[in-house]
Amino acid sequence: MKFTVNWLKNHLETSVNDEEICQTLTDIGLELEKFEDKTAQFAAFKVAYVKSAEKHPDADKLKVCSVETENGIEQIVCGAPNARAGMKVIFAPSGTYIPGLDITLKKTKIRGVESNGMMVSEKEMCLSDAHEGIIEIDDKYEIGTSFTDIYGLDEKVIEICLTPNRADCAGVRGIARDLAAAGLGTLKPQDESEAKGTFKSPINVKIQDTDGCKLFYGRVIKNVKNGASPKWLQDMLKSIGLRPISALVDITNLMTMDQARPLHVYDADKLQGNIIVRATNEGEKLDALDDKSYETAANAIGITDDSGLIGLGGIVGGVSTSVTNDTVNIFVESAYFNPSRTARTGRDMAIQSDARYRFDRGVDPEFTKGGIEMATRLILKLCGDDDTQVSELVKAGDAPSWKRSIKFNTNYTEKLCGIKIDEKSQLDILQRLGFEIEKLGDEYEISPPSWRADVEGKADLVEEIVRIHGFNKIKPISVRSENSVTCSAETQNLKNARTARAAMTASGMNECVTWSFMPKELAAKFGSNDNPALTLGNPISSELDQMRPSILPNLIEAASRNAARGFENIALCEVGPVFKTSKPDGQSTIAAGIRAGQAVTRHWAADQNPRNVDAYDAKSDALAVLEACGMAAKNVQMSRDAPNYYHSGRSGVMRLGKNIIAQFGELHPAILEEMGVKNSVVGFEVFLENIPTPRNKNGAAKPLLKLSPFQPLSRDFAFIVKDDINASDVLRAAKSADKKLIIDAEIFDVYTGKGVEGGYKSLALNIKIQPLDATLTEGQLEDLMNNVIDAVANKCGGVLRG
Amino acid sequence: MTNDIQNLKEEISGEIKSANDLKALDDMRVSVLGKKGRITALMKTLGGMDADERKTKGQALNALKNEIAELIKHQENALKKQELDARIANETIDITLSPRRQKKGHIHPISQTIEELTAIFADMGFSVAEGPDIEDDFYNFTALNFPAGHPAREMQDTFFLPDDEQAQGEHIKKLLRTHTSSVQIRHMQDNEPPHKIICFGRTYRSDYDMTHTPMFHQMEGLMIDKSTNMGHLKGCLMDFVRAFFDIDDLPIQFRPSFFPFVEPGAEVDIGCSRKGGGLKIGGNKDGSVDGWLEILGCGMVHPNVLKNCGLDPEIYQGFAFGMGIERMAMLKYGIPDLRTFYESDVRWLEHYGFDPLDRPNNATGVKS
Repeated sequence: MKFTVNWLKNHLETSVNDEEICQTLTDIGLELEKFEDKTAQFAAFKVAYVKSAEKHPDADKLKVCSVETENGIEQIVCGAPNARAGMKVIFAPSGTYIPGLDITLKKTKIRGVESNGMMVSEKEMCLSDAHEGIIEIDDKYEIGTSFTDIYGLDEKVIEICLTPNRADCAGVRGIARDLAAAGLGTLKPQDESEAKGTFKSPINVKIQDTDGCKLFYGRVIKNVKNGASPKWLQDMLKSIGLRPISALVDITNLMTMDQARPLHVYDADKLQGNIIVRATNEGEKLDALDDKSYETAANAIGITDDSGLIGLGGIVGGVSTSVTNDTVNIFVESAYFNPSRTARTGRDMAIQSDARYRFDRGVDPEFTKGGIEMATRLILKLCGDDDTQVSELVKAGDAPSWKRSIKFNTNYTEKLCGIKIDEKSQLDILQRLGFEIEKLGDEYEISPPSWRADVEGKADLVEEIVRIHGFNKIKPISVRSENSVTCSAETQNLKNARTARAAMTASGMNECVTWSFMPKELAAKFGSNDNPALTLGNPISSELDQMRPSILPNLIEAASRNAARGFENIALCEVGPVFKTSKPDGQSTIAAGIRAGQAVTRHWAADQNPRNVDAYDAKSDALAVLEACGMAAKNVQMSRDAPNYYHSGRSGVMRLGKNIIAQFGELHPAILEEMGVKNSVVGFEVFLENIPTPRNKNGAAKPLLKLSPFQPLSRDFAFIVKDDINASDVLRAAKSADKKLIIDAEIFDVYTGKGVEGGYKSLALNIKIQPLDATLTEGQLEDLMNNVIDAVANKCGGVLRG
Repeated sequence: MTNDIQNLKEEISGEIKSANDLKALDDMRVSVLGKKGRITALMKTLGGMDADERKTKGQALNALKNEIAELIKHQENALKKQELDARIANETIDITLSPRRQKKGHIHPISQTIEELTAIFADMGFSVAEGPDIEDDFYNFTALNFPAGHPAREMQDTFFLPDDEQAQGEHIKKLLRTHTSSVQIRHMQDNEPPHKIICFGRTYRSDYDMTHTPMFHQMEGLMIDKSTNMGHLKGCLMDFVRAFFDIDDLPIQFRPSFFPFVEPGAEVDIGCSRKGGGLKIGGNKDGSVDGWLEILGCGMVHPNVLKNCGLDPEIYQGFAFGMGIERMAMLKYGIPDLRTFYESDVRWLEHYGFDPLDRPNNATGVKS
């Protein structure tokens, strides 16, 4: 919402300076967006005189001009076709910022000829799109006259950001009222009295769409003269960026901006019969005043006459009945349209207009009549003469009911806002804002004015009082001691997410945040089952139309993008949601990561040869996450049933009971190929919600640590087992030989090849034995070793390698 | 004889001193003290002597043996030290070569900011609540006092999902939450007051340009009790922004604004300076402020919202606030472009990301 300081002062009697106005606007909730003083901004642009204009020696289309400025003669190279000796122009010296070009002028040479300053076009001044030539100024202006004086831009423009609840401040008068309430001055009275009609309007109005149009006032005015509006009105409109059109149109625009009361003026001679307001059907045609042709949406508020649709109520008028300079008789409309209906139509048909902006928010229903009377008065003043005749008002419908009262105890202000404002001040503020107050025992009955449909309850009244009194006067109170609900702020799920993130990044993965949605086709490859419940109805693009079933594809794509930039060996992770259904429990939190390319790269002191990532890297990552989340890795059961986006032979699932805790492995080569990935990629997904909450029966206390004083022993074995025997089964069998004494068992070599029969493998394992009560005797140790060999033989068919 | 011993001692001592490596010294030891060594040989002659002579000579020889052993030991230590010194002198490495080292990854700025916010608000006694990304019309709009026909409810701002046919009423219409405020509603419905919670998460709006992404993150705070008022709101947010930006005297301004779910509603600005093109958060030394930067919206929870959650607004009242996580991260860490948060460019992640071992906590403050 834009207006000028002088415009504001038409309504507000005040002596305060601009700065105070600007600050107060923000303080009372009418946030200042911009204060623009064009006089200052355009101070350098002044009238100059072109003494001579010669053809540039090296360019056909350029002229070398000698220009007399208030500071002497300057030489300027100019490409404008209209540049010629003897004209007056707007000159900007070097160092000036040219808004339309977004450059600051510098002294320069153009094809070898010095040029100092610029003669500007309207486009360069952001006045219009005209850039065929430079601005030519009437000879009557002296050299040195300010550009802003000539163009009526000597106005200081204020732009505020209006919140959607403040319909009343979509007009300058409403803003002035608020500022007056805030103590910046007094609101000047204005004449809204009736203009006496002398005849009955020959045009009548009928409302069929009583939902869309509650109230419609109309009147005929005969024998008006339309034409350019007076300079003061043109300047006012120009100052806020509106183009003056004709007196009648300018008056309606003024009423819109000044009073937040959009009106419409029809050429009465073009109207056919009476006006009927009805809901439109889909596809009715309208050539509108915004120079566009529309086909209506269904259920717009149609203004019609015998010819059909002539306008969309509250949004835009039609060309067929519009006023022109030849218009003699007019019909003026002031109506109250249903805000949700104008908003709906505006959206459906994608029409923005100053009228719609105000009707959408809700215009003052009580000012429907006042508005047409004020407009009538203006039309008489600007377009009327002795022959002009005003009809009586035609009225259809009634103003929507807006009167309500709110029971209010002034103590509530302190209770809600923690600030003490005495009763009289509170009531004064409300009164100044136009609220009516009636005492009712200990309380008051407060009635909001017709222009404040947003004020519904006592909390709204408190806001009115406190915003005018000043939010900044409320004293801050610390909440540190107030109702500390808990000592542990994080849920278990969030704690797991945080530690998972730390574990993954600590082991070299960079954390990403990727979209929750992905292409439907890609989601289908990663287990979405094409769930239609998770397809967006209105995606931003088909690339982002399905809620993700897995984080991995996003990370794989991210890895590909990075590979294209030369980062092929990469580790990425993310903690975030995946979606199974659209119900609240259909979402789960996953910690996922991928590694692509080489896990071990060339290094002068590398322990290993360079190698690609493999499933064990992913397994290690998954286990690191589980351990960080307080879960003992030895508790998980392994199986081979990972989803089919993993390589079926090189992937695994970790379960605890029925719950999947994690899955890991190489990504399926076919899927990588379809995704255009050439690198090897491994990944894992940890289902954070399935990780059991660590039980702590004794609070934070850990179980008592028992340390044996005896030296632990270590023994190596090598077993030949069938290829398909799991290493974990061999280890479990070995450990089962003595669950007390054997504290650890680890595979340190896996061998197939020479010396081992085909279909078999050799597993070398190391066993750690911790004597508990006494050092083991040779015999005891011998027995234990034999038990290990027997256990592996019995449970896994393992034979000690000779 | 004594002279012989004395001579022998001198002779052997000289040989010991001239043994210049451990091998020579060991040979030397064998030739003197070994089974066939010179002193051993002399010891063997003791058997043929009479008792007196054997006694004196025996003592002298034993003394000689011990002395020589001591000398050899001494020489051995000296040679060992010499040898070690020589070895160490030869074992110099190029300490500028890169070590074998596991690279650390980086925490994303969004996670970092969320952890910082959690640390600050946990310190003020807030706990964290959670809610789903896929919401319905009731939780996202109706319960939050968005009137029917509010623009946010229409197609252009909100992502919609197919209706949930099994649900009832306003729960049928499924959508991606446009703000984390829906979590307030779920929390108030499921828990008894007083409430003192924060929540964060992904939020979604159908917008994609320089300053908007279809997915972004918000943080929401809620505190409800019988006498929680706007002074508490100010105190809470003042403590928060000063802790977050780590500026003790950061100027703050509250201005009236409008959100359907609060009344009164306010926006919070912090002091900043845009001198010299850049953005610097904070006021001037003299307490003046060059400009203001909007950082969050807040207000007293609207009575209709309380009612929608089953709370009597005549008894309970309190405040809520919300902010964009990315915006906070951008302001604090000088990240210029919102869209880059989601590009997963490792160069960006490593530049703007955070060390996994240096997590925000209340002891050091949440600056990083």
